[in-house]
Amino acid sequence: MGGFWRNFCRNRGAVVGLVILLLVIATAVAAPWLFPGSPWDMAGMPFAPPGEMGMWLGTDSLGRDVAAGIAHGARVSLLVGAVSTVVALVIGIGLGATAGYLGGVADDIVMRFTEFFQTIPSFVLAILLVAIFTPTIGSIVFAIAVVSWPPVARVVRAEFLSLRSREFVQASEVLGKSRLAIVFGDILPNALSPIVVLSSLMVASAILLESALSFLGLGDPNLMSWGFLIGSGRSVIRIAWWMSVFPGIAIFLTVLSLNLVGEGLSDALNPRLARNREGKA
Amino acid sequence: MELSRFPAYLAGRLVKAAVVVLAIVVCNFFLIHAAPGDPASIIAGQSGSADARFLEQLRAQFGLDQPLYMQLWLYLKGVLTLDLGFSHRQQASVAALLWDRLPATLLLTGAAFLFAIAIGVTMGALAARRVGTWSDSVITVLALTFYATPLFWVGLMLVLLFSVTLEWLPSFGMMSVGVELSRIGRVLDIGKHLLLPALTLGLFYVAVYARLTRATMLEVADQDFVKTARAKGVPEGRILRRHVLRNAMLPVITFAGIQAGQLIGGSILVETVFAWPGIGRLAFEALLARDYQVLMGVFFCTSVMVVLFNLITDLLYAVVDPRVEVS
Repeated sequence: MGGFWRNFCRNRGAVVGLVILLLVIATAVAAPWLFPGSPWDMAGMPFAPPGEMGMWLGTDSLGRDVAAGIAHGARVSLLVGAVSTVVALVIGIGLGATAGYLGGVADDIVMRFTEFFQTIPSFVLAILLVAIFTPTIGSIVFAIAVVSWPPVARVVRAEFLSLRSREFVQASEVLGKSRLAIVFGDILPNALSPIVVLSSLMVASAILLESALSFLGLGDPNLMSWGFLIGSGRSVIRIAWWMSVFPGIAIFLTVLSLNLVGEGLSDALNPRLARNREGKA
Repeated sequence: MELSRFPAYLAGRLVKAAVVVLAIVVCNFFLIHAAPGDPASIIAGQSGSADARFLEQLRAQFGLDQPLYMQLWLYLKGVLTLDLGFSHRQQASVAALLWDRLPATLLLTGAAFLFAIAIGVTMGALAARRVGTWSDSVITVLALTFYATPLFWVGLMLVLLFSVTLEWLPSFGMMSVGVELSRIGRVLDIGKHLLLPALTLGLFYVAVYARLTRATMLEVADQDFVKTARAKGVPEGRILRRHVLRNAMLPVITFAGIQAGQLIGGSILVETVFAWPGIGRLAFEALLARDYQVLMGVFFCTSVMVVLFNLITDLLYAVVDPRVEVS
């Protein structure tokens, strides 16, 4: 564990990313205390520029506080990002493990299925899914998970293919352990590090995807989100630039921090690779 | 690859493409049936004032009173004869609507793609030549930045800078309305409108292609045939162009194929921001009106575009790289 931290901290970008990420999480957790009351309620004059009337990020066309919207939106973005990633991991690990462990026909079928999902325009499919199942937080999480599991399946399959013929797995097979016990007890723990790195990147792209959906008006109508804020600022950008600028910066910082943390995790979990990269660059 | 095996390769690819398209149609079909509520009212559009007679007509058209496999057959038959349904809201067939909007989307995605390839490969090649210098770091930072920025927000920020503040470029539409222009004037006018949307859509891929080109060029530069060329006394610039860059282009081609779906997905956002009259904008309008027939048509049409693009890159790859095996 000590070695893990030392390797993680050697990547300075990753430390910066972790700090930003923790700040975003803190804002999300503290939103009800920082900005009590609903972010949908009127807090001041419409179109107040930043700094006026005590709204340091300005107000929108209905006088709602943009800062309150961003703080409450952080809850939705992080929640959707995390939950949809967990769902995508479950699908991806299940399919990837099946393909990699069983091999043969099962592998063929799963990989064709995965290829299909990687070929089709995933954003269009996500739009279609959310639109047909009506925009709720559940359908958004579902749609994001459906379009983001393929990379997990591929990575898990590759790991399982290389691990399943190793001696410790053969030993378990000889001992008569059940297949499920071998998959979850022996192979999966050894395949975790690429999955961990991948999932931090997946949370990042899920947040981007959620913001894009709610920008198009496909957000949960009861929940404040960053994409919705930018979408509502789009038509009035000539008179109220702050409505679209600040939520965008929030998305940028959050996604950037997750990507940086992902790189740090990758360095910390594969120290040899990280040193090679430094040597080469 | 050997020329004699090319037809077999082509046939295999075509079959694969056809299977994907067929799967998408089936996917569309089951989506209508998986959705909560009456399929007929979903096809008609939920928020609409779909009258009973129209619903009845839809039920007959889609055979909703028949068993599921018959319905699927009817639906497939319709799509394969390019009957993608009728948009009650727009009073036009979905196929006609899509056909109408296709050129604008092709223009936008094509321009963005060419821009990304040209600038990205140049930047990557420069970075690979000067590993570890500032131009190298600039590319890494740019890539990280564009990975993390929402596409639609980049578009809005460009509008804020170039249209609102500087007033250099138009912020919406594809051409100026209500002005008489000569043919050259019209082309220039469209070009002016195209600049910001294409830039928005292309910027992300500039970073991607730059990184990819840099990585593969460094890899290729280590290989024996490059050393041989250098030992023969081939000038450095020529080695870079003929030996290194040419081989480094292969992964770029593959990646372009993989990214085609994302590029088209991104065009929906960009067209929404800039009111660009393409398929993406059509999807946004259909979304506002809950016009599911059109949405499914957009899904079908964009998927076919991606499949075709993949087909082209596959064939291009096979022609460029003789090592590709026919499988």
